[in-house]
Amino acid sequence: MANTIQVDVVSAEEQIFSGLAEFVVLPGEMGELGIYPRHTPLITRIKPGTVRFRIPGQTTEEIVYVSGGILEVQPDSVTVLADTAIRGPDLDEARALEAKRRAEEAMQDRSSEIDYARAMAELAEAVAQLAAIQRLRKGSH
Amino acid sequence: MAGSKEIRMKIKSVQNTRKITKAMEMVAASKMRKAQERMRAARPYGEKIRNVVAHMALAHPEYQHPFLARRETVRNVGLVVVTSDKGLCGGLNTNVLRQVTLASRRWEQQGAKVHAVAIGNKGLGFLQRAGFPVVAQVIGLGDTPHLEKLIGPLKTLLDMYTTGEVDAIYLAYNRFVNTMKQEPTLEQLTPLPGERLEGNAQASSLAWDYLYEPDPKAVVDQLMIRYVEALLYQAVAENMASEQSARMVAMKAASDNAKNVIGELQLVYNKSRQAAITKELSEIVGGAAAV
Repeated sequence: MANTIQVDVVSAEEQIFSGLAEFVVLPGEMGELGIYPRHTPLITRIKPGTVRFRIPGQTTEEIVYVSGGILEVQPDSVTVLADTAIRGPDLDEARALEAKRRAEEAMQDRSSEIDYARAMAELAEAVAQLAAIQRLRKGSH
Repeated sequence: MAGSKEIRMKIKSVQNTRKITKAMEMVAASKMRKAQERMRAARPYGEKIRNVVAHMALAHPEYQHPFLARRETVRNVGLVVVTSDKGLCGGLNTNVLRQVTLASRRWEQQGAKVHAVAIGNKGLGFLQRAGFPVVAQVIGLGDTPHLEKLIGPLKTLLDMYTTGEVDAIYLAYNRFVNTMKQEPTLEQLTPLPGERLEGNAQASSLAWDYLYEPDPKAVVDQLMIRYVEALLYQAVAENMASEQSARMVAMKAASDNAKNVIGELQLVYNKSRQAAITKELSEIVGGAAAV
């Protein structure tokens, strides 16, 4: 017990691994990191690559692949916050521009979809009114 | 009395409507299960990253990230509005948009301008009709929340926050309580409210700090962005689960209503048929008596 460390590998979309390990190897941004229990607190970015860990009582190492993310080390735990998407400053920038462009386009060309949505809302209102009228008529009979 | 043929056609049409609502109810029920699973799957990441950020707040970093610093005056507000792409889900979108209206009115009274980011078609339509400047948008998310699609719009707003174009960012979405109950929620994303982080870290008041590789700024920047992204992802996942639940409930109500309407129409039809037969009989009898 004393010689194990809690390892959690999570991504935004799922939990990838959670359990105890004796030793963990990760692809840190500044180079490979080997973490034993009671490591000093450390926080770093990790590169895409494999995370390997030795689980007590097992001879083979567990391996999971991560596409980058953030690593937090506490004396009793290792947390890998894995990225789900392939990330990079340029890529993120492109995504932001794309979202902005779509908004601007929609502002200029607001006729089609918006009109459709409005028409749908008006239609729904008309149907509701019709239903109310019919109910009233039925009541008066 | 209305003609029996018209009533028969009316019954037929209501029956067809009921078939559709029934089918939609069942589709929503099966999608709901998956959406709820995805929502739960996103929770561990949210918890872990919150712990790390809380640790970071407890540690004594020499670098204070802008997302943590409160600004004195709020002149411009960024607002992320998460709604569904499709309708027919009861009051789900209306509820969240009503909250958006109330909040933006409050901000305008305080003299703050609202810049909106629309996630989902319904919110986009509303924001444009209401005349909010929409700085970024993403629609057509489908049934699975993809972080990849959310990064862009969020980054637009976060960049505006960093450059000082907006002073606070809020997030409006439907929080999933249970299948019958969804709660429209308005949350502050940045600056991060302190209470979010409290009570998570094992409080060690000793002055300690992380080793940062390569340097504090790079790591903290990335961590904070990931944290805000995780919050948004969780919100979108919850909104999707809410959407399917609300749709299932709404379609169930519609199917039940259709059933009642069919019953009533059937009664009217039978009565009018009976009246026609009685009338015909009495005519025959009357005719026979005259002979």
